[in-house]
Amino acid sequence: MPTATIPALPLLEDYPEGSVLPVEGADQPTWIVRREVLSRLALELRDNPETQFDLMLDLCGVDYPDRDERFEAVYHLYSLPRGERLRLKVPLTEADPVLPSLIDVWSACDWFEREAWDMFGIRFEGHPNLRRLLTHEAFQGHPLRKDYDPARRWILTEDKIYRPDPQPPGGDTDDDIFERMTINIGPSHPAMHGTFRVVACLDGEIIVASEVEIGYLHRCFEKMSETHTWQQVIPYTDRLNYCSSFINNVAYCRGVEQLLGIEPPPKAVWARTILSEFSRIMDHCVCNGTTLVDTGALTNFWYMFQPREEIYGLLEACCGARLTVSACRIGGLLQELPPDFEARCRNLLETIPAFISDVDKLITKNRIWLDRSVGVAAISGEEAVNRGWTGPCLRAAGVAYDVRKAHPYDLYDTVDFEVPVFQGGDVNDRFRVRMAEIEQSLSIIRQLLDRGMPEGGFIVDDPHVALPPKEDAYTQMEAMIYHFKLIMDGIQVPPGELYSMVEGANGELGFYIISDGSGKPYRIKVRPPCFPLMATFSRLMNGGTLSDAIATLGGLNVIAGELER
Amino acid sequence: MAHPSTPQPYKYTLAERLYLPLLSGMWVTLRHFIGNVFGRRKSYTIQYPEERRGYSPRFRGHHILTSRPDGSLRCVACFLCATACPAECIHIEAGEHPDVNIEKYPVVYDIDMLRCVFCGYCVDACPEEAIIMSNNYDMAFFDRASSIVTKDELQKPFTYDPAQLGYRPRYPEEDAQRAQAREQVRAGTLDLVAEARRRHGEAQDTSAASAS
Repeated sequence: MPTATIPALPLLEDYPEGSVLPVEGADQPTWIVRREVLSRLALELRDNPETQFDLMLDLCGVDYPDRDERFEAVYHLYSLPRGERLRLKVPLTEADPVLPSLIDVWSACDWFEREAWDMFGIRFEGHPNLRRLLTHEAFQGHPLRKDYDPARRWILTEDKIYRPDPQPPGGDTDDDIFERMTINIGPSHPAMHGTFRVVACLDGEIIVASEVEIGYLHRCFEKMSETHTWQQVIPYTDRLNYCSSFINNVAYCRGVEQLLGIEPPPKAVWARTILSEFSRIMDHCVCNGTTLVDTGALTNFWYMFQPREEIYGLLEACCGARLTVSACRIGGLLQELPPDFEARCRNLLETIPAFISDVDKLITKNRIWLDRSVGVAAISGEEAVNRGWTGPCLRAAGVAYDVRKAHPYDLYDTVDFEVPVFQGGDVNDRFRVRMAEIEQSLSIIRQLLDRGMPEGGFIVDDPHVALPPKEDAYTQMEAMIYHFKLIMDGIQVPPGELYSMVEGANGELGFYIISDGSGKPYRIKVRPPCFPLMATFSRLMNGGTLSDAIATLGGLNVIAGELER
Repeated sequence: MAHPSTPQPYKYTLAERLYLPLLSGMWVTLRHFIGNVFGRRKSYTIQYPEERRGYSPRFRGHHILTSRPDGSLRCVACFLCATACPAECIHIEAGEHPDVNIEKYPVVYDIDMLRCVFCGYCVDACPEEAIIMSNNYDMAFFDRASSIVTKDELQKPFTYDPAQLGYRPRYPEEDAQRAQAREQVRAGTLDLVAEARRRHGEAQDTSAASAS
């Protein structure tokens, strides 16, 4: 497990003795903070020019029933100018699980705090709307607490349903010539790209107030992970961002590999990088294609889905499934690459650009599209960072943060690529960033293919992590014992905790993994990149027309599977 | 480094103001139209179920319980597949086998196809190569009870037709192919891209042929 040095920041001296304690030997700088000083510390961490932690990546709860202070609220912070990470842990007792809300410091905390309340019952004082986020209003208890039985069921009655009724802040004004109308979009509406519900208050065609309801696709990914072995979590990760499930596999496996202190063999790393980039292309194709469908440009959808179809063929040839690939294993890949892997990849490199350039010719300079997208749902880089955005949407707002460049993993430090940045922060620039990133991904794949497939195995040669080759398991007693041990007991991951991140197709995809050495994950928290995007959706559509809201949602690339886990 | 505080939207060029780039867009759609009408372009639409997609020999489809030469199941009811299954969809009840060398056999071996996520973990876990997967993806049921597939159904419809096999622990034919391709590339007689294209075309042809 990599360890990080703790920066001796001068600001720590200003706090009372024992209220901020650095933790030795963690994977990234970690401080245990008393809740009394949290608000002050957070503000200072954000504004002090020597820290500048301007991006709140993730906030989650952890439950340790054996400790005196049972709960822990964990903040993951990132400083874009300095490229540093910091983890704050705030211990809380069961009797008084109350924290000050940090929504004024980082707006990103809004939904994250609601989720922590929903899952752990941690209350955030000063939060304007501390309601359940992922579970139903009539749900009782807090499901991610360790004493909550996973099989527990509730009858969710209709009279307990929360009925959103968004009203504009000014209230009704007398010169209104239109009567206001509140409409429901979703949860089952084709423009909602999944199951989200938006309640919008309309004045004519303008949305004056809105409220977003999610949780229709919540399937307890994090709770289920705690009852399964480390390997068994991989098929679950497929179902997070199902448009680019391979990247989720890589993100999770990388995290566990770092905890185990193993390195996958060069061939696996090489193939992971190539297939991740293909998945990114596929995800961007889906996102841009559906955005264009929503704005009425249906033809592009067909053109964009053809490269996706080809890439699915490649993934299926590697692992046997198109959508939910489960193609990675902890320590490598699930199987040897197919014999024609390189040939197929090169064939794709030749076919994909034609489709992309067709869409480019149809759309990029098309005034009909530009009128629909330029200046729509615009957000400044500053605000986007404060709201926790990452990925293409943040780069469209002028902030060049890409995990592949800032914290290179796999083979990204050995290839040349650029991070496309645009300044508009609107639907058009989100589209253009993705088109430019497809080009960059193709270039990365080309460079890696030119390097040639590395020799060697596809998974680590360690019987404690990877299943022995089948020939050995059939014939040798020792291999057979390892085979049985690994299936029955699972991989034994040493105790520890780690935040591992990759650049997912729509932003920084992080896995905060805690192991207690029991053979099952103690806690897995996914940092879903589209979560802060969706939390901002209401702010983006207010003041725009109803049709703009639909175009906006397409451009954000919100994937329900990942948003709600 | 301060982040941009105001968005700067895209500025239209004169040509864009005059809607001129629409012409190149129309040329794109016209080109596709002509290509489609005269059949010169490859169509991605498949006329399912008459026409079928050609999947790779690794496709994770309907499971197969393999047999011994005498026709009995190879499965020894060791429960590894049921343990490895993340969806908990395999139900096994073990019985004593008359042959002492085999010891156990499955009296009941059910897979709930509606629960199964087709991850292939059972195939990885099996120490006897008793469970493999086929490339059959036609699994539609009229009621939930029939989605639970018993051991007879898992064994019955598949004889060892190599064209029907899917995800397995070993692919001997692939290993041979790989070795051969490596030799040819070394000798300089194989163009990988041309080969992939040829195979791609073949897959199209076979799917078209099976349709007619």
